[in-house]
Amino acid sequence: MDAFSPVPALAGGLLIGLASAVLWLGNGRIAGISGIFGQLLPPARTVVWRLVFLVTMVLGALAASWLVPGLGVGGPGGAPAQLVSAPPAFGIPNLVWVGVAGLLTGLGTKIGNGCTSGHGVCGIARLSKRSFVAVGVFFAVAILTVTVTGIV
Amino acid sequence: MSPTLRLPYLATAAVSGALFGAGLYVSQMVDPLKVLRFLDFTAIPSGGWDPSLAFVILPAILVMFVAIRLSRRRAAPLFNGNFHNPEFTRIDAPLVVGAALFGIGWGMSGICPGPAISLVAFWPDDLLVFLVALFAGSCAGAFVIPSGENKRLAMAR
Repeated sequence: MDAFSPVPALAGGLLIGLASAVLWLGNGRIAGISGIFGQLLPPARTVVWRLVFLVTMVLGALAASWLVPGLGVGGPGGAPAQLVSAPPAFGIPNLVWVGVAGLLTGLGTKIGNGCTSGHGVCGIARLSKRSFVAVGVFFAVAILTVTVTGIV
Repeated sequence: MSPTLRLPYLATAAVSGALFGAGLYVSQMVDPLKVLRFLDFTAIPSGGWDPSLAFVILPAILVMFVAIRLSRRRAAPLFNGNFHNPEFTRIDAPLVVGAALFGIGWGMSGICPGPAISLVAFWPDDLLVFLVALFAGSCAGAFVIPSGENKRLAMAR
């Protein structure tokens, strides 16, 4: 198994669960990143907490990479972060590949009303039928996409 | 003053955001290739599959499941008047089509919205292109699903 890392994975998962629990029990909000990000424009009166959450999320990743260096990608002891390159067989420039992926992610999470965090963590924990369907669909399609593109 | 502008509310958002970002780094979901190696089921027969991502999402769900149970004994969260339960309950075409489009994007890039935004901390090449596209896609999607809770409530009926 290539680079299997169950201990950091479990620790990271607990932190993500704790983050979601804090936001729910404290503020009554679902920690769904696409939802927090997708409602930054007016008429949202809630833009301030959304910005606070997203900025501290970036700072949290940065701080963790200094406190626990060398887990893989990022920070002083880690490899430089890199986005993936377009599979050569497609003959598509990287920028176009990355742009299309971003566009589909933004569009899909908006109309599907959630992503890996909102549906995947919070929705499943709430036993929401909608989220079970969404998670099944996006995992299946992502696995299919990786199979078809051979990107790994 | 709106309750969402009070200090305890914003401090809670900050603590949650910081924990979330730390979790994405510690779990290495900020590494697109690691996520793709989980999604690459074709590597299972050869033993090259990396199942780490399952070990991220399961404890996260478990902790949140407990938090949801705890919240059902309370009328309101600590720093706001009510729990904002998602207003949609119907399994409909936008849910399925949206999830499928997101699945294609995730499979192409290996980054979902949380890691994509957290990667600002490590600023890989071309990240800005992804983030601008993410925002543009989200805005385009708002034409299908209007934002603003009232409009969305009207649609949910």
